[in-house]
Amino acid sequence: MKQFFKRYGAFLLILAAAVATGFVFPEIGKLSLTNTVSNFKEMLSVLPPIFILLGLLDVWVDRATMMKYTGKGSGIKGVLIAFLLGSAAAGPLYAAFPVAGVMLKKGSSLFNVFIFVGAWSTTKLPMLMFEAANLGPVFMALRLALSIVGILIIAFITEKTLTTQQQEEIYARNSQAEPNQAPLKG
Amino acid sequence: MFTYILYGLAIAGLAISFFKDRKKTKMALKKAWKAFENILPQLLTIFVIIGVAMAILKPETIQTLIGSDSGLWGVLAAAAIGSITLMPGFVAFPLAAALLKSGAGYMQIAAFVSTLMMVGVVTLPLEIKSFGRRAAIVRNSAALVFSLAAAFVIGAVL
Repeated sequence: MKQFFKRYGAFLLILAAAVATGFVFPEIGKLSLTNTVSNFKEMLSVLPPIFILLGLLDVWVDRATMMKYTGKGSGIKGVLIAFLLGSAAAGPLYAAFPVAGVMLKKGSSLFNVFIFVGAWSTTKLPMLMFEAANLGPVFMALRLALSIVGILIIAFITEKTLTTQQQEEIYARNSQAEPNQAPLKG
Repeated sequence: MFTYILYGLAIAGLAISFFKDRKKTKMALKKAWKAFENILPQLLTIFVIIGVAMAILKPETIQTLIGSDSGLWGVLAAAAIGSITLMPGFVAFPLAAALLKSGAGYMQIAAFVSTLMMVGVVTLPLEIKSFGRRAAIVRNSAALVFSLAAAFVIGAVL
């Protein structure tokens, strides 16, 4: 119970504040409720398969494989794989972070993980199609071309501004004790 | 539509996994739930904040902020709104198209769309969970600068 309040306390506080706001400004309150419920529904519809795939990735792909394809020294191939993995995703950006965590745990390089997050945020295929339909193919193509360069630059900057120790801390953050982890091969 | 493909993949993956190794499959599901429950408190908080923010910041309000002749301030306002808010693409792109029709420039629209996708202020707590404070802040700042630069290029070209 204490644990519950520790974890969900901030949420309950914000919820109480929102409810209070709703009583003072009923119009905003009503709209807030509709918005929150629709966000929640969206989450329930896209998140289950993402997290199931995350679980399968965690269990079936061993560290050696992940390191070979997206780890340090995986070169252009690793960057391409990270780009493709992110682009093949669906769902909001916040769902990318737990997946990124699993990749880090399995030994992906930070640069490639930031590429993955960048691709997830911007170059998702269905989103691009939708963007072209709404804002025109020229707008979409131009923004995509810029974004691909931008994602590389952002990943580069983010990785380079971290000291070795800070990078190790990020890996440590995502590698909690795991009794069932596949042993490192060779 | 794409969500269905994702469901198809997840179900097929689970089936193959179950066929190959039941114990591992059970573990995968356990891990899936744990990863989800791990971010759930922040997620719920974000939903409430965004729900209220979007009730105050209605599309009409956004329209007046980054509408026609809003210029450089419009770009900055668009970037700020895009950075803070969180909306799915199927809401964002029609809104952007409507903004374009009602007089916003390509520059403002590009700033809005790019920051919406790449910069996440409310989701920072979740990002920090995976990447730590420093990396999360650097990534978001770099993404914000990039979005502005991209907006100027797109505004100049289109």
